[in-house]
Amino acid sequence: MRKGLSWFNVSSIVLGFAFLYIPILLLVIYSFNASRLVTVWAGFSVEWYFKLFQNQQLLDAAWVTLRVAFLSASVATVLGTLAAITLTRYGRFHGRMLFSGMIYAPLVMPEVITGLSLLLLFVAVGFDRGFWTITLAHITFTMCFVSVVVQSRLVTFDRSLEEAALDLGCTPFKTFFVITLPIILPAVISGWMLAFTLSLDDLVIASFTTGPGATTLPMRIYSQVRLGVTPEINAACTILIAIVTVVVIFASIMTKRQEVERERAERLAAAEA
Amino acid sequence: MARNARGRWLVVAIPYFWLLALFLAPFLIVFKISLSQDAIAQPPYFPTFDLSEGWDVFREAFGELSFENYGYVLSWDNEFLEAYGSSLWIAGISTLLLLMAGYPIAYAMARAPKSIRPTLLMLVILPFWTSFLIRVYAWIGILSPEGLLNQLLIALGIISPDAPLQILATDWAVYIGIVYSYLPFMILPLYSALEKMDDTLLEAAADLGCTPIAAFWKITWPLSLPGVFAGCLLCFIPAVGEFVIPDLLGGSDTLMIGKVLWTEFSVNRSWTVSSAVAVLLLLVLVVPIVFYQNVQAREVEAR
Repeated sequence: MRKGLSWFNVSSIVLGFAFLYIPILLLVIYSFNASRLVTVWAGFSVEWYFKLFQNQQLLDAAWVTLRVAFLSASVATVLGTLAAITLTRYGRFHGRMLFSGMIYAPLVMPEVITGLSLLLLFVAVGFDRGFWTITLAHITFTMCFVSVVVQSRLVTFDRSLEEAALDLGCTPFKTFFVITLPIILPAVISGWMLAFTLSLDDLVIASFTTGPGATTLPMRIYSQVRLGVTPEINAACTILIAIVTVVVIFASIMTKRQEVERERAERLAAAEA
Repeated sequence: MARNARGRWLVVAIPYFWLLALFLAPFLIVFKISLSQDAIAQPPYFPTFDLSEGWDVFREAFGELSFENYGYVLSWDNEFLEAYGSSLWIAGISTLLLLMAGYPIAYAMARAPKSIRPTLLMLVILPFWTSFLIRVYAWIGILSPEGLLNQLLIALGIISPDAPLQILATDWAVYIGIVYSYLPFMILPLYSALEKMDDTLLEAAADLGCTPIAAFWKITWPLSLPGVFAGCLLCFIPAVGEFVIPDLLGGSDTLMIGKVLWTEFSVNRSWTVSSAVAVLLLLVLVVPIVFYQNVQAREVEAR
């Protein structure tokens, strides 16, 4: 048996990544196209980027989206972390089945159902629709993703550290902040980022739960895309892609470094204990 | 210890009640509205339950609930049943294509040298972080009749300029869109199943005279089945209710239930019929969702 990569393995990786990246690459390239026709190349130009920054509607929508994403990701991270602790540390309790069901179901629930059901809830309780209803909706579906990410970290780490702290008289509350949270922090941060981008990205749930005056960026982009492909949208997409790429690469380097350090500290502490 | 118990209770209660109020309760409301009838009012359905008008009015409102909307949705005269069928079909084909595309990639990633695996993993996840809408949008420019794919094929002389491939606005565009957007969801569970596999098993099989292909089907494939199930369900379930992809890439005759629900809600403005459509869609998906939860729970407990 030959070890390592065969030509078949290499070509499937190359083809796979080509398939994943070429469409995004083409989108970026054509945002610098001088022609209004997206599919005809007419020379390099940054005209569309200037046009973009004069488009007040798009800028307003971007601002709404960022606020919703920041707020909902932050609340979702707290709720999702609590949920993760519940599911990994509390063993069996009454209603656990229902709880874990409510955590996993939203991960795969079609967005049209989540969106419609939340809208009908907001109407039934007479909540004014707008910024806050989108934020509430986003908290609800993103907290489940956070919970899954944090859970995967909680189940792998050495629980004897927590037990040692409790044995030495630490309160559970303090144990969480001194021992548990620092160890799971990378997962909590990536949970927050996941929640942030999911919120940034969401079209369907936001469209259902929004009201007058709260239009998010995906909603704005969607309504323009329906009218046809324009270089301006390509430019907007390119900026979004650039931001996300920089943030993700930066964050993954940071968490990588942190994780290495944490693991070393964890091992040291375990060795001393 | 009393304080601990209270703190513990709070940790459970806060997310629990949040989900009860904003995830479970809405479904009950959807179910109730699916039994109501459309009205030109605010909110646009009746009956509405209002205890302030007394118990009798409340009870009367109960009597007005009916399964009429379900009859409407389930009648062969309307396109709903067809839409459920074609959604399941499109999601099924897409999942199969996803598995066929994702398995070799995940397999190769799991065999790659350990040092480059994290980089490969990040490269798979990275497109997922960029907007879903953007990734679907990118394909419009590629697949349209005067799009980049046709330009390339014409330049290569494979097709004639007079007869460009008509892919956009067909079911094929929807398959491509779903495979493209969901591929990371298929690769990641497959990769984590394949990565855990013990290589010595394959060596033992080879020593005992097994050909690589037979060894794959006898060892690798069965061991990767949890990943296959997780990946397929993770793609299939949301794909059934997909709205954006069929709306932007599909044609007017691409019938998918997510799009039908959206149209029923925002164009026909029938909240009651769209609720009935949602309840039935949920019923269709209950089996795969429960199955998915079991796969997930087993995964967590196994660690």
